[in-house]
Amino acid sequence: MKSMKRVKQLNCLGIESTAHTFGASIVIDNGEICSDVREIYIPHRGRGIHPSEAAQHHNSKAQSVILKALKGAGMNVNDIDIIAFSCGPGLGPCLRVGATVARALATYLNKPLVPINHALAHIEIGILTTNVEDPLVVLVSGGHTAISAFGGNRWRIYGETEDITLGNLFDMFARATELATPGGPEVEKMAAKGCKLIDLPYTVKGNDVAYSGLLSAALREYQKGTPLEDLCFSLQEIAFSMMVEATERSLAHTEKKELLLTGGVAANKKFQLMLESISGLQNAEFHVVDAKYTGDSGVQIAWNGILAFQNGITVKIEDSIVKPRWRLDQVDISWRS
Amino acid sequence: MKIILYKRGAEADLYLDEWYDRKVIIKMRVPKSYRHPKLDLKLRTSRTLHEAEILHEAKKTSVPTPTIYFVDEKEAKLVIEYIEGIRIKEHFEKLNHIDLNRICRDIGMKIGLLHKSGLIHGDLTTSNMILTREQKIFLIDFGLSFHSQDNEDRGVDIHLMKRALDSTHYESANLCMKSIINGYAKIMKRDLMRKILDRVKEIEDRGRYSGERHT
Ligand SMILES: Nc1ncnc2c1ncn2[C@@H]1O[C@H](COP(=O)(O)OP(=O)(O)O)[C@@H](O)[C@H]1O
Ligand SMILES: Nc1ncnc2c1ncn2[C@@H]1O[C@H](COP(=O)(O)OP(=O)(O)O)[C@@H](O)[C@H]1O
Ligand SMILES: [Mg+2]
Ligand SMILES: [Mg+2]
Repeated sequence: MKSMKRVKQLNCLGIESTAHTFGASIVIDNGEICSDVREIYIPHRGRGIHPSEAAQHHNSKAQSVILKALKGAGMNVNDIDIIAFSCGPGLGPCLRVGATVARALATYLNKPLVPINHALAHIEIGILTTNVEDPLVVLVSGGHTAISAFGGNRWRIYGETEDITLGNLFDMFARATELATPGGPEVEKMAAKGCKLIDLPYTVKGNDVAYSGLLSAALREYQKGTPLEDLCFSLQEIAFSMMVEATERSLAHTEKKELLLTGGVAANKKFQLMLESISGLQNAEFHVVDAKYTGDSGVQIAWNGILAFQNGITVKIEDSIVKPRWRLDQVDISWRS
Repeated sequence: MKIILYKRGAEADLYLDEWYDRKVIIKMRVPKSYRHPKLDLKLRTSRTLHEAEILHEAKKTSVPTPTIYFVDEKEAKLVIEYIEGIRIKEHFEKLNHIDLNRICRDIGMKIGLLHKSGLIHGDLTTSNMILTREQKIFLIDFGLSFHSQDNEDRGVDIHLMKRALDSTHYESANLCMKSIINGYAKIMKRDLMRKILDRVKEIEDRGRYSGERHT
């Protein structure tokens, strides 16, 4: 029957629960985003994500978030053709909440279940919203700091952090200096009021970066009473310059003609400007994921659900265990060349 | 002869010129407007000095490197020997297994020679190696180089090489890495090499771990 007229439109429900966000969204196979509902767990001031508290939060919100996502799309549960969920990488207890809900729905509706890699989801939503074709990708968030490009059948890693991520750096710094959570936007605001560059360690190793030395040094400065504005300014300046240098080196090496910035830290205006500048130097076009989709959402999971399902990727309920350490470069991809 | 822009690297603009009848490369670390001027100046001068110093020392270890003719710290400018040849990066895909093995073993020995002499290259990729017509491999781009006898630093050096293969030359990466290690083993003592390779694994796992996030 497939060859007759148009195949029925596919509606995918995507469920995100890798870390602080529980999100649900419905996306159609033509790329139309019908709804995007998120509930974000905020840890107590001065503390990091507590995995089981976050999981409890997600549990308590799951049902209402999914119902709102359906309502927002003007659909009922029977209109859903595919259920996609974040399978990893992420925090085990959080991942299991999304997976459990997804399994239950897939069983109840008798619909295919599709496991999605969260890092890949950040990249694909970036590609969907910018129309890039073959980019070098800078993926920066709380869980990821990597430079990647597609080759063969996988996203290959050209550079990454050797210790903590860029998002972690800001979040951990903000926590220790009693700024609000998440730290990235707070550091960005504070930095706008500073101007003095404080001497902090700058660590680039080829295309790799390392941030833990920078974090400790910045915290020592804070203890010494260095103004927080100047510290935030310097922290951003140094941390971003490191990542931009590694990115420029990867651009020169890969000779890609597009640069795509995606993930939570992509929201940072300063970072965007810096990457735009080196794109110009290396003759690449600069693109940033649509501002609505920098951070975690069900949208990126739903869109990846469509791509993966169309390429025959589904998982049996009994095999659908979460993978807290699932690396981007371990995912085989058949829809790109 | 007119000076022409030969290549734009990741850090530097490279010009082709003549210097007392020799073909030379002028490597200019130009200011980057995206970063703070203070940081920019510091990075450009320190990289230029490191590159000059370590290029010179690498020569003594019998690793082929361009001869250095002139250093201008203030302008972050180096004048170095032009190496006629083809970058390993472009050459790699066209090689048969036997040549690939030979070249990779050679690369491994060169890394070993540097490490044994207490030098770390710091940016080992196939973009930073030139193969001459006589099949000699030159290492270039020593801006991130430094002195160290530390296994951690040696491990990172090998890790960067491995990752460059995994990402850029994924089809032959495993084979090449084996040959590189074989070459490396010819220079470094067995037990020391073991320790360094264990460290490489550790470094890789650190990267993997970041997928999980620190709470
Ligand atoms: N404007 C900003 N500047 C810098 N970092 C930011 C900004 N906005 C958000 N972030 C950071 O992005 C991270 C969240 O990224 P996100 O993709 O939502 O989650 P995850 O890390 O789970 O993938 C946090 O570390 C947060 O501090
Ligand atoms: N001495 C040299 N002889 C010939 N080509 C060179 C030489 N030095 C650099 N190049 C070419 O210029 C490119 C960039 O130079 P490199 O020293 O790697 O600068 P960067 O630090 O900017 O990467 C190299 O990949 C190589 O193709
Ligand atoms: Mg994310
Ligand atoms: Mg180079």
